[in-house]
Amino acid sequence: MLRIGNGNEPESLDPQKATGVSAGNILRDLYEGLTGIGPSGELLPAAAESWHWRADGRELRLQLRDGLRWSNGDVLSAEDFAAGLRRLLDPATASGYASLFAAIANGEAVIAGRRPVSALGVQADDARTLRIRLDRPLPNLPALLAHPAAAPIHPADRAGDPAPGARIGNGAYRLVEWRLQSHIRLQRNRHYWNDRQTSIGEVRYLPTEDLHSELKRYRADELDVTTSVPATQVPWIRRTLGAELRVAPYLGSYFYGLNLTRPPFAGNRPLRQALSLAIDRPLIARKVLHDLAMPAWSLVPPGIHDYTPQVPGWAQWPRAQREAEARRLYAEAGYSAAKPLQVQIRYNTSDDHKRIAVVIAAMWKQVLGAEVTLVNEEWKVFLQHRRARHETEAFRNTWIADSDDAFGFAEILESHHPRNDSGYADAAYDALLQAAAQADDPAVRRSRLEVAERQMLDDAPILPIYFYASKHLVKPRVEGWHDNSLDWHASKDLQLRAP
Amino acid sequence: MLSRAATRLLTAVPTLFVLVGLSFFLMHAAPGGPFDSERSLAPEVEARLNAQFHLDEPAWRQFGRYLGGLLHGDLGPSLQYEGRSVAGLIGDGAPVSAALGAVALLLALTGGVALGAIAALRRDSALDRGLMLLALLGLSLPSYVVAPLLILVFALALDWLPAGGWDGPASVLLPAVALALPQLAAIARLTRGALGEVLAAPWIRAARAKGLPERLIVFRHALRPALLPVLSWLGPAAAGLMTGSVVVEQVFGIPGIGRYFVQGALNRDYTLVLGVVLFYGALVVTFNFLVDLAYGLLDPRTRPT
Repeated sequence: MLRIGNGNEPESLDPQKATGVSAGNILRDLYEGLTGIGPSGELLPAAAESWHWRADGRELRLQLRDGLRWSNGDVLSAEDFAAGLRRLLDPATASGYASLFAAIANGEAVIAGRRPVSALGVQADDARTLRIRLDRPLPNLPALLAHPAAAPIHPADRAGDPAPGARIGNGAYRLVEWRLQSHIRLQRNRHYWNDRQTSIGEVRYLPTEDLHSELKRYRADELDVTTSVPATQVPWIRRTLGAELRVAPYLGSYFYGLNLTRPPFAGNRPLRQALSLAIDRPLIARKVLHDLAMPAWSLVPPGIHDYTPQVPGWAQWPRAQREAEARRLYAEAGYSAAKPLQVQIRYNTSDDHKRIAVVIAAMWKQVLGAEVTLVNEEWKVFLQHRRARHETEAFRNTWIADSDDAFGFAEILESHHPRNDSGYADAAYDALLQAAAQADDPAVRRSRLEVAERQMLDDAPILPIYFYASKHLVKPRVEGWHDNSLDWHASKDLQLRAP
Repeated sequence: MLSRAATRLLTAVPTLFVLVGLSFFLMHAAPGGPFDSERSLAPEVEARLNAQFHLDEPAWRQFGRYLGGLLHGDLGPSLQYEGRSVAGLIGDGAPVSAALGAVALLLALTGGVALGAIAALRRDSALDRGLMLLALLGLSLPSYVVAPLLILVFALALDWLPAGGWDGPASVLLPAVALALPQLAAIARLTRGALGEVLAAPWIRAARAKGLPERLIVFRHALRPALLPVLSWLGPAAAGLMTGSVVVEQVFGIPGIGRYFVQGALNRDYTLVLGVVLFYGALVVTFNFLVDLAYGLLDPRTRPT
């Protein structure tokens, strides 16, 4: 039996509705998409054995494997996958991931409720062929289809919502017990097409909200894998558990947003640039985060598919030069020792956010002489203030990728995006994103996105700080664990060595 | 006696009503809503979810709707846990919290009374001072310090007990001790104080003068009246233990309902918080009522003539 510490209790295991990381981990065991992600993060055939783009890139035809079955033995057909995508975009489902697939023909209209769900451009030509038509190019559609939100729906589950945990799946495992706040127990699915290759018979996911407790349970041999590690314990873990600590780059970006709709940041680009230059990112990554993160100068993390993150030239400057330039810009922005900048950093309650805010406040004070106030808020209060943009000045922000695609990062600064908390509204940036979305040629798409990021970083509506890393403790008896940037680890790809 | 009990139970209804009303409007006054998250839903998706749970209506109408459901015994759906009812969540977690609380209560009561009695009988001795110092420590050490310490010693260093989870009798012990310690300390101090007073009372002197054995004096004549303050402490303490502790449940990974108090409030899961508050309120009222009844049995003076 494999025992996995899984962070928060999943709020839902409905593949189209669930959003959290902890739900995703379990859903990838319970459902198999048309495509899949291999142990090292590579795109692989899954329920579909092959797929082909039509020459114009506006239609994807997928060929399903022969003899696919649901975990209860029923025959699985292409229509079940079509039903899953229709349910995902159906406004009645109110899915947080519907917009990922908005490029499917009539997708926007279906999500907005202007067209019936049946108008969506997905069609099962026969039991083993699925056709997806697009309104605009979506070159990473095959990778997106590996997302649990694109999971198929069993005919019996289409009418109403079955009880939590009662849905029928098609993955390598099936759910046998869900004891809320205690454990979720999965057993291998004998009807899975590749069950021969599954090695571990039973998997238990345990909620582990408290990272210190999780570490103790791992040490007491009650867990084989942890969801994370407590940052303050990292030096100790490195000394005593050594190779069991697995750290890998993760497609997530931690940055400070600057509210561009209010003073002091509205219309003051030199000030925003000065604050960005004054932050010593490597120092934060090393001293505050114990090297469990990489310093960031861009929004898009390195390692993302078909993209080069746009690191500004000053990132390589020696410290003295960088700080001198920061002071020059600060003066150009109209501030001085006699008239120092007074600014708030707002963050939600968390030790790590606080430590970073303290360090950045000190850097702004030391390099520029700015007077910084720290404002700590409870999570939901923080979210509301951040979104309303009435009170925020500088504020903590994060974006974690849904898929391995730079566009997903770039679009959060598009004028009307719901997560554009900075209120960044730049016509040129929007136009570049629009051009990228419409580009049929991947090289054109890529270059538009790279230019957009370069211009945005120069405008500094956000201050990148670090890129996330996934961190797990993995017992030596667990074999087949490969680090990957999506931090996806399917139980079917793991083996347990006999003690 | 019977009419008094009936009056007590009737006054419980307005008490609980005020409790629910206050909690409802306080929860709704807090900024943020159940569907705010790091990811931010598209405005139309959020509007649809709000409409689905009637969160787009004015607060007074939502309150009326909630009370209407309550009259039918319906605590509503949880806003956070998709497809689950609040009654179901409480029904799943309450037996766990109750079992853990009962063990903790038993530990606190037996341990507390025994230690308190020993201290009172050896008043001002080194033993008394040592015990009361320990009790002070037990009261002042928060459970987020005690619980990890217990795990370090008994699960990691000695490897006698599991470090967490809810899986068989062995897993009850550490969380029960962590939960019981502050109550045990309080009861020990209460018992010591009360027993000390009673032992100085004239009827005890009379009993001593009659030459009754000390054992009889303590157990039959002194302990019974000395336990009255402990008893009034017990009502709210029992309700508190039975509804679980956020910290202990989180540290040990126990599937009780204590965590829903804090988690529910942080997530703005209005119905879940109201359900747990109501459940807790009803328990406090019930335990206080039981304590009143027990008072009558222990102390003849409080019985109505």
